[in-house]
Amino acid sequence: MSTTELEARRVVLGFQDAEDLGPPDLPTQPVPLNMGPSHPAMHGTVRMVLEVQGERISSADIQIGYLHRCFEKESEHATWTQIFPYTDRLNYISPMLNNVGYAMAVEKLLGIDKALPERAQFIRVIVGEASRISDHLTCLGASAMELGAFTVFLYALKAREWLFELLEEVCGARLTSSYCRIGGVAYDLPDGFDAKLRDIIERTRVVLSDISKLVERNRIFRDRMDGIGIITKEDALAYGITGPVGRSTGLAYDVRKDHPYLVYDRFDFDVPVGSVGDNFDRFAVRVEEMYQSMRILDQALKMIPPGPVVVADPRISLPAKSETYNSIEAMIAHFKIIMDGIHVPPGEVYSFTEAGNGELGFYIVSDGTGRPWKCRVRPPCFAATAVLGKVLPGLFIADIVPTFGMINMIGGECDR
Amino acid sequence: MAQIVLDRLTAEFRGGEILQTGSQHGNEWARVRRDAWVKVATFLRDDPATKMEMFIDLTGVDRFSTEPRFDVVLHLYSVSLKHRVRLYGGCPENDPTIDSLCGVWEGANWYEREAYDLYGVRFKGHPDLRRILMYPEFVGHPLRKDYPKEKRQPLVRRSQVEAGE
Repeated sequence: MSTTELEARRVVLGFQDAEDLGPPDLPTQPVPLNMGPSHPAMHGTVRMVLEVQGERISSADIQIGYLHRCFEKESEHATWTQIFPYTDRLNYISPMLNNVGYAMAVEKLLGIDKALPERAQFIRVIVGEASRISDHLTCLGASAMELGAFTVFLYALKAREWLFELLEEVCGARLTSSYCRIGGVAYDLPDGFDAKLRDIIERTRVVLSDISKLVERNRIFRDRMDGIGIITKEDALAYGITGPVGRSTGLAYDVRKDHPYLVYDRFDFDVPVGSVGDNFDRFAVRVEEMYQSMRILDQALKMIPPGPVVVADPRISLPAKSETYNSIEAMIAHFKIIMDGIHVPPGEVYSFTEAGNGELGFYIVSDGTGRPWKCRVRPPCFAATAVLGKVLPGLFIADIVPTFGMINMIGGECDR
Repeated sequence: MAQIVLDRLTAEFRGGEILQTGSQHGNEWARVRRDAWVKVATFLRDDPATKMEMFIDLTGVDRFSTEPRFDVVLHLYSVSLKHRVRLYGGCPENDPTIDSLCGVWEGANWYEREAYDLYGVRFKGHPDLRRILMYPEFVGHPLRKDYPKEKRQPLVRRSQVEAGE
């Protein structure tokens, strides 16, 4: 079914394929080939030990771990609040989404996940969706550049920069945001945020349409994307592949839709799904997801209520700075929260959110002290990278570049 | 929400394979006897009332100073029925082994390698149980509670690497 669908696509585009000349009669023998861990066409530190027959890959061993930073071990020695900076560095092109995922897991353990101020929930959705757009823009731009479309890269990065500058106004950092706090967010949105974000959305729409015009009917781009690196729905289930890669296979699973968290149940948005599961589907799903994120942002900006941005619980949130500097009680409370950490009751929780690459899960075990007993991240691109060992054999060496790019393996998240 | 999964498990396995079940923070969990690990997982995947076709996560927990010391923690999800479950398989300290789930979900492969790498739990029947995040010459298992955070590793000589390959 998928092959006929692929052929139909190419008929619509008016592409004619060259005659297949069949295999050459030259004798070949398997040759080991080492790609990475530092390779110009791989924007992540990953090593692939390939065995090639001519240009064809006959087996691939994907080796990860080059960016392992002991996230879990470090977390076990940090207070609950000190883990936020570590989560920034998981998927470092959409750090806000990681902050939200971790904060929600701890809030579930504390039992305050239903009691968050509404404004804080909206702010989390807004910064999260803005991060999702920047995540997808980076992925598409970098992959297109690797296929020779350098203009697309510049356009995408231009739009990403607008978003990063806006997020910088919100939290003071481009990448290492650490913006969420347990029980809310660190600060309210800056003045004029609303108008600026609307303006950026409009400009990003233009950029996206420019990108689509550049590549979607481009023969070179389509030839390297169509029908390459097909992941089946069965593989997506067996490997636990979620997010844009999972949805490209036809698996309509989006945490925001199936298990709405924060205020996602109040927005009207669609979940784009692919049909073939090839590189182009992953590209198209990501493009459409950006438009859907913009829809969510439009609605969220209209619906966001005024109010506090962090829970009013002195055991969880820091006192106001004016209080801290002017009264001894607030100073002591501040000191206790910073030095001892927030006390989270004993228990275990698995909390999951939709990050840029799919289901970002936090499995946290608390023993009731100020530090987690275990803080496990379930990285979405770990699963997608694992399937490469099955997808790559049979492809050409040149097909690794678009396939790996569209998987969007982020070293910080995959290796932790 | 996923109480039906636990009900199915306790109804199906009456021979003491399910040691304990519970629910906390909206997560349903069941503690499975080690020798029934693969059987229970296969049942959850294939039973029409549970349909846990999606493998989500597998990791370990070191419950230092309690027995069994290691727990292998498996998270499963049903895309069609939209429910989840968490399974624990306890492994004692002197014999940290459990059966591999690679035959049930192919994707368990890398997760089991990671649990082996970081906790030293061995998965019987795993096709390729190598370290995944650490390098092959690494000594010890870093996420065990008795592995000090500041511990230094011996310098790996090039001759050792070449001998290993």
